[in-house]
Amino acid sequence: MYDLIVIGAGPAGITASVYAARKRMNFLVISKDIGGQTAWSGDIENYTGYQFISGPELTAKFQEHMRQYSVALKENEDVLGISKKANIIMIKTSKGSYETKTAIVASGKRSRELNVPGEKEFKNKGVTYCATCDGPLFAGKDVAIIGGGNSALDAALQLIKIANHIYLIDIAPQLIGDAIIQDKIKKSNKVTILSNTKVLKVIGDKFVSGIKVETDDKEKTLPVQGIFVEIGLIPNSEFAKELDRNKQEEIKVDEHNKTNIPGIFAAGDVTDVPEKQIIIAAGEGSKATLGVFHYLSRQK
Amino acid sequence: MKNVKVYSTPTCPYCQHAKQFLKDNNIEFENIDVAADPAKGQEMVKETGQMGVPVIEIDGEFIIGFDQEKTKTALGL
Repeated sequence: MYDLIVIGAGPAGITASVYAARKRMNFLVISKDIGGQTAWSGDIENYTGYQFISGPELTAKFQEHMRQYSVALKENEDVLGISKKANIIMIKTSKGSYETKTAIVASGKRSRELNVPGEKEFKNKGVTYCATCDGPLFAGKDVAIIGGGNSALDAALQLIKIANHIYLIDIAPQLIGDAIIQDKIKKSNKVTILSNTKVLKVIGDKFVSGIKVETDDKEKTLPVQGIFVEIGLIPNSEFAKELDRNKQEEIKVDEHNKTNIPGIFAAGDVTDVPEKQIIIAAGEGSKATLGVFHYLSRQK
Repeated sequence: MKNVKVYSTPTCPYCQHAKQFLKDNNIEFENIDVAADPAKGQEMVKETGQMGVPVIEIDGEFIIGFDQEKTKTALGL
């Protein structure tokens, strides 16, 4: 039986692992991917020690740091459930099940989907959730960006350099992203901002050819070849049904990263900790492992 | 030796993973940056019927996304 299983390998999970390795715990890391949202981030200018670093570069640094210790890592593995019976925590995954004395849930967040007809069908056929990754494939094309927050505005800034025309479709009456980015976007004659506008349907044949939207009860179809969905994030907490969660489905933790089940801790963006930042997630990961360490020493 | 190509963009994390995996296994490959060469990007879209990167081409067979298991099998690793 393991002392600890860390679920997730983003900033929180990797930092938790580094601390666990240094405490010489018998532990395992299970994760779908490495880096989490950080791997998908563009430019990072607020991680102390790096005035400027890209998301993939910072992820590589995190990984390098973790792999300096001999960490047992199960990649490409989905966690399906976590529960506790008679002092043993059971973790069920897509490939098996594991027993451990403690666990840290650091499974992060993922992109929210629109939930409209055509969205799933045309995923990777014009519908994308990562402007940074797939943007270049839409060179010279007309595209729609859905959302009004900073991630939508960042996507617009990136696509202004690449696409032919951009429709920024926002369900709210006004954009909520930073004013400084809004100004840059409003200066570009490539962008049409459609506020109070709801997405009804993604249209296409083999690839996306349009998007049906509704503004003030009037429906219209915009001819676009790309749709970038940037409407925020949801926590990867579906598997943690036995843990207390808030209205946003974030796992509730106390100041020591404890959940409602003794021995199960949580850290980073999947929790209800205020503010979601790479540096905060990393700090929370270290706090969680130190919490686990104290917990284990009291069990002996 | 198998003919291996990776269609990628400089900014996509799974492209980095895929290339690192090939390097770690000493597999030579041609990197096709579809951001720098949009025509090649369109070729990839036509061949695979989808617009996501990375795409790994091994002796004319296309693997969409970075699927480590499929890539290993195709390379005979």
